[in-house]
Amino acid sequence: MVAQNSRLFLDGISKSYPGCLANDGISIRVEPGSIHAILGENGAGKSTLMKIIYGVVKPDGGQLYWEGQEVQINAPVDARKLGIGMVFQHFSLFQTLSVVENIALGLDQNSASDLDKLAERIVEVSTKYGMPLEPHRLVHTLSTGERQRVEIVRCLIQDIKLLILDEPTSVLTPQEVTSLFDTLRQLAAEGSSILFISHKLKEIQSLCDSATVLRAGRVSGACNPRQESTTSMAKMMVGDETQISSEYPKASDSQPDFLSVQHLNLKTDDIFGIDLKAISFSAKQGEILGIAGVAGNGQSELLAALSGETKLDEANVIVFPESDLTQCNPMQRRAMGMGFVPEDRLGHGAVPDMSLRDNALLTGFLQGLINRGFLKHRAIENFTQSIIDKFDVKCSGQSSLARSLSGGNLQKFIIGREVLQTPKCLIAAHPTWGVDIGAATSIHKALIALRDQGASIVIISEDIDELFTISDRICALFDGELSPIKPTDETTIDELGSWMAGIFARQQVA
Amino acid sequence: MRIKLEARGQQSKLMSYASPVLAAVLTLICGALLFWILGKPPLQALHTFLVMPVSDPYRIAELLVKAGPIVLCAIGLSICFRANVWNIGAEGQLLMGGLVGSCAALWLLDAEGVWVLPVVLIAGVLGGAAWAAIPAFLKNYFNTNEILSTIMLNYISLNILLHGVHGPLKDPDGFNFPESAMFSDWQIMPIILEGTRLHLGVTFALFAMVAIWVLMSRTFVGFQIKVLGGDERSAHFAGFKEKRLVWLCLLICGGLAGLAGVGEVTGPIGQLVPNISPGYGYAAIIVAFLGRLHPLGIMLAGLLMALLYMGGEMVQIQLDLPRAITGVFQGMLLLFLLICDVLIAYRLVIEKSVSKTIEQPLRIEPQAIAIEGK
Repeated sequence: MVAQNSRLFLDGISKSYPGCLANDGISIRVEPGSIHAILGENGAGKSTLMKIIYGVVKPDGGQLYWEGQEVQINAPVDARKLGIGMVFQHFSLFQTLSVVENIALGLDQNSASDLDKLAERIVEVSTKYGMPLEPHRLVHTLSTGERQRVEIVRCLIQDIKLLILDEPTSVLTPQEVTSLFDTLRQLAAEGSSILFISHKLKEIQSLCDSATVLRAGRVSGACNPRQESTTSMAKMMVGDETQISSEYPKASDSQPDFLSVQHLNLKTDDIFGIDLKAISFSAKQGEILGIAGVAGNGQSELLAALSGETKLDEANVIVFPESDLTQCNPMQRRAMGMGFVPEDRLGHGAVPDMSLRDNALLTGFLQGLINRGFLKHRAIENFTQSIIDKFDVKCSGQSSLARSLSGGNLQKFIIGREVLQTPKCLIAAHPTWGVDIGAATSIHKALIALRDQGASIVIISEDIDELFTISDRICALFDGELSPIKPTDETTIDELGSWMAGIFARQQVA
Repeated sequence: MRIKLEARGQQSKLMSYASPVLAAVLTLICGALLFWILGKPPLQALHTFLVMPVSDPYRIAELLVKAGPIVLCAIGLSICFRANVWNIGAEGQLLMGGLVGSCAALWLLDAEGVWVLPVVLIAGVLGGAAWAAIPAFLKNYFNTNEILSTIMLNYISLNILLHGVHGPLKDPDGFNFPESAMFSDWQIMPIILEGTRLHLGVTFALFAMVAIWVLMSRTFVGFQIKVLGGDERSAHFAGFKEKRLVWLCLLICGGLAGLAGVGEVTGPIGQLVPNISPGYGYAAIIVAFLGRLHPLGIMLAGLLMALLYMGGEMVQIQLDLPRAITGVFQGMLLLFLLICDVLIAYRLVIEKSVSKTIEQPLRIEPQAIAIEGK
């Protein structure tokens, strides 16, 4: 059973959490020098499995074999001693420390004591793998792609035999993705194994030489991604019964401007925030405008300005449909028929410790749920139930706390809450972030249906595939500036990628 | 073997109700220990402290008289705390209510009619609310930390009150005692149970309990208050007017505390004296948390707190112990409650043996970059 030549062999790994079997007898073999994809929807058990390998979580059953020997990994420090490194989706970097200081924090005392020597090594390693880094720069001045490099270099600086990357491309531009893949191929060619977690099938096809597909905590298939079509892999991920992709006809470009934003300037108070510079765009009735961009280029600031959470000083910046909304607060904007889906679903779009019923009321209060200041409990229940039913929100009932829902389910709930209010203008950030393919498709359908009813929709997203699928016109946000806007059919992924990297002629504003 | 705390992942409903009970039990145990150390038979002392105060109808009525102002303050505090507005100033608001109510009463000393008492009460409510308006204003317009401003205002209001009874409000015929004139019959709360001091003011606590329960569970404003406390960013996102909610919470709390204060001077005291409250406003903080910020829980916790006050007097008389015992018990209760509340989000895990660490031969020393040549 134990293969001597495998780098890592997982045999029947199981892990259950209260009310949920996260991993159910998972067996995976990872060979030296291979780039192995772990594929699965959100909640399929990918993250739990990786945390078990990295020693963050202890399995309930099953064995781990490392280079042929059974091992117990009780903590990340054990994993690192074996030569396992992990790059998490959310970076664990101190923003106010320099690159070298951040890397030193993860090392033992001996290697961390001499920062100058470490800095030299960082330069050496990072150049070797095509990820140039300046060791003395402060992390908060780095771009997201560069921060990821810090995380990767932090792993490479030690003797790495297995590198685990958790959805590494979600924060990168297409160009950065290409360069990351070059690095990973080089690492693999030198004999390191790589576990690449993703649900982006095209990336897996281009990068990985083997793949294990997880569904609901079990291995649902293994394949060579190069020999499979994306559709067949997607089927393995979601099962046969789910519809996985759709083409949507683009809306014609004849409607008048509905929401119009003119020359939006915003100085942020947050030292890590991004100033918005002269942003102008308009969204027409019955169209979806997609705003692409790597996270941290002003998306949250733009959303807050549009929703009214951030106050703007000037007048006539936000006009919808014909009245100036610039000085209106979020409640007044909702009353005018606008709806918003914020970036963070927990602790912004929903109150974590409140029930779904209360969270439905949070923004749905204009839907006849209140009578002279008193809550209409029956109406609130009906509204909540219709969100749960129509958007297939998996929960144990209306009284479930928002916190108890998985990210994808909460996202469906929040989208449902806004869409069912049939806003005339919906502004949504990352509408399908962390949502499985089946649910993403149903969210897209709901958005398209809303568009076809004549609503004007603005989608701010990092997912380029998504934007190309549903947007009628598209643009990108970079460092608080907006690129030109083009009809989706007339642009290419390359052009959008270069806009996301800031390569566009700056708009001349009179 | 070692004991450690492990996150539960979600809050335990059972523990959130069991925790106050557990805290009360631990307080009893440590209280018994305390009596034993002080050289008193612990069980008898506990009996004197906790059972004798409720041993006859008169004393039960006394208990209710004490519970009234505590519950009024705690109910008001509970909505502040629900909104994450950390008002520690119920004591000052209570004193201010008593002071302003007394001013009105003294001004109307010769007036007659059933309208006099309501006017005095309203004056007290307004006094407390006005005092709470100060921290609300400071918080909303200068982002002042309300914990500090409300605590400091407690001392200011106490000193204004002392100035009043030693100066302008002193009874000219009072032989220079620091007390106001006795209020007239039209200004005194009617007794609702003959032979006791149980007065009309105690029922205000019941009304407040019902009113605040309706506010918090049935109205949109109450919902907004809960959202503000649960997650400020969501409240902002939904467009709730945070400043207005902060005003509202503090004004309601100040009004209720002011009512408690004016209820004391027009109730059991009958005049303005230097110490109209033995720290009811502070005790109410403990009561609010002990009662889980729920009106019914606050009612029960308020009765318990009143019992501690009565018990403190009992042991002083019967066992010759200092009245500070009450403060010690209050402190223990709050301390144990905070300790037990940890168990709402965490569970105790006892690990029998330290689990095996990674086998030695596999240990790989971290080296410099050695990826080459594999």
